[in-house]
Amino acid sequence: MDTITPFKSFKDLKGNIKKNSGCFPVVKVSLIGDTATQFLAVALKGMAIERGLTLDLFEAEYNQIERQVMDPSSELYQFEADYTIVFQSTHKFLEKFNKTKPEERNSLADDRIVFVDTICQNIPGKIIYYNYPEIDDVVFGNLANQIEESFIYQTRKLNFELMKLAQSCPDLFICDLVSIQNQIGRNILFDASIYTSTEMVLTIDALPLIASRTMDLICAAKGNFKKCLILDLDNTLWGGVIGDDGLEGIQLGHGFGIGKSFIEFQQWIKKLKERGVIIAIVSKNTESVAKEPFEKHPEMILRLDDIAVFIANWENKADNIRQIQSILNIGFDTMVFLDDNPFERNMVRVNVPGVLVPELPEDPADYLEFLYGLNLFETVNYSTGDKDRTKQYQVEAKRALTQSKFTNEAEFLKSLDMVSTVDGFTKYNTPRVAQLTQRSNQFNLRTIRYTEGDIERMEKDKDSHCFSFTLEDKFGDNGLIAVVIMKTIDDETLFIDTWLMSCRVLKRGMEEFTLDTIVDYAKTTGYKKIIGEYIPTPKNGMVADHYLKLGFEQIGCRYMLDIDNYKSKEYFIKKNQENGKS
Amino acid sequence: MEKVEILTRVQDIFRDLLDDESIVLTSETMADDVEGWDSLTHIQLIVAIEKSFKIKFTSREILSWKNVGEMIDNISLK
Repeated sequence: MDTITPFKSFKDLKGNIKKNSGCFPVVKVSLIGDTATQFLAVALKGMAIERGLTLDLFEAEYNQIERQVMDPSSELYQFEADYTIVFQSTHKFLEKFNKTKPEERNSLADDRIVFVDTICQNIPGKIIYYNYPEIDDVVFGNLANQIEESFIYQTRKLNFELMKLAQSCPDLFICDLVSIQNQIGRNILFDASIYTSTEMVLTIDALPLIASRTMDLICAAKGNFKKCLILDLDNTLWGGVIGDDGLEGIQLGHGFGIGKSFIEFQQWIKKLKERGVIIAIVSKNTESVAKEPFEKHPEMILRLDDIAVFIANWENKADNIRQIQSILNIGFDTMVFLDDNPFERNMVRVNVPGVLVPELPEDPADYLEFLYGLNLFETVNYSTGDKDRTKQYQVEAKRALTQSKFTNEAEFLKSLDMVSTVDGFTKYNTPRVAQLTQRSNQFNLRTIRYTEGDIERMEKDKDSHCFSFTLEDKFGDNGLIAVVIMKTIDDETLFIDTWLMSCRVLKRGMEEFTLDTIVDYAKTTGYKKIIGEYIPTPKNGMVADHYLKLGFEQIGCRYMLDIDNYKSKEYFIKKNQENGKS
Repeated sequence: MEKVEILTRVQDIFRDLLDDESIVLTSETMADDVEGWDSLTHIQLIVAIEKSFKIKFTSREILSWKNVGEMIDNISLK
């Protein structure tokens, strides 16, 4: 069995169900099919356990899809699944095709699409729908490609229309059974004698792969997916050892030979990067030597721009991966590590649990096909914004790596060339300010939520003193990241009604800069005291001592700052004077 | 291959798949005699036997056996 996939066998999956003590999170899933789906159900349950989930599975009686969907009082609706898996087989589609009059066969794909659309409109939750692996009945031979009423034509049309339907139905996800048949072949996906004896259209050998592909979707929809690909260099991204063979000596390039494999492998990685997967490098090398191919090799597909974090040193890779984790601030279980060296793979597997470390084949020519089979980077959404997010990570990585080079924090902060624009609330920033008051939980002293209307009113109110802060540094612009609202209590006193800040800019001296700005304002407008208050929530513990740290004096449950005695703090942020509020 | 030898191998496959070392098969054993040998397990057993003996049963054969003995006869003819 293990010849077709690196996944567990059906027997192991079945065994999982017995072993499971039920301590995993539960997902409610319905499975409806027009052929016998009991084995698929077993494989799905077993595979869920592999992924740390327990399926609460409702399996509809055999061949009841129409009834279950059309009858609003059916068990399917009563069960209220989070995910409904619908498996309409090519065999039953063929059966229907065979029974249809020849002149009506050209509308079968369209009819089926209408039904799938009905499923999506009616069944709550997410729908996972298997597409149709082809059966070529060769009635028209090759000519089927141009005969609309041929079975191949209708099947291919149906698969294409399913993709289009999924574009317009946000809760419909196609599980690509076609792709699985392409990968393992029809003779492994399907066994005629088993089908004849049992009405099962999927073989036991294919089930683990199908269950895996299905669980990929469910896991991704639940937010559990891979975000980062960490790569070794020598013999992984190119052939040979850059330190020994030199720039001209490494194998990388078009034409024949192994150099071609590495080019194609890099092109695949580049596409992942363009999709929004973060690419990182961990290599045992001297940094300047390791970077040389990225900068100078004419055939190199990946360039330094594509890499979010580049770590080349002689430390162990487990530590380096931990460093990447702390820079990117993503879970280890969202990382994949690829290395040709079994020792390094094992080292990472043992020391950094959570990171997925596939057993790369020995021959680099096999890398791609092997990785295609694993479907490592499942995702349930894609937007062009994903690319920007990668850029943000890159910026963060540069910042963090720069920080690790500075032993002195002040030196580091100085090197960032930070500039903050201070402004009131304007029609341009009102939505963002309101959004911050609604979303900030951690660095938020009183957690008062405001709507856009509230924000507009306060800007006009003479007893409200409103401040917004942006922060830009040499690596990029963080946008509007802090908000302060002060209220006049009496001629001498201002009360800090709201002080919140995005956690992205912690430890940059932004707190000190903010305080300096508002004290300055208070002074020039004739106030003597600023009063602050901390209202604890389950999430804002990080600012419990905020006012004490900034030199406020505690009076009861509030904090006071005497403006005449205030001494300016040290920080390395310049105020943008041009269009800002002074 | 001797039928006794086939029986032992088939018995091992049964024990492995049903996770029960106490299973003892004879020619007369029928599905009802073995706990867990239902129609679904039957398919798993067939696939495992096909793999082990590197043979392929026809769909007519799969549906025809009344007991283990007939299955063994079938294997011995392949």
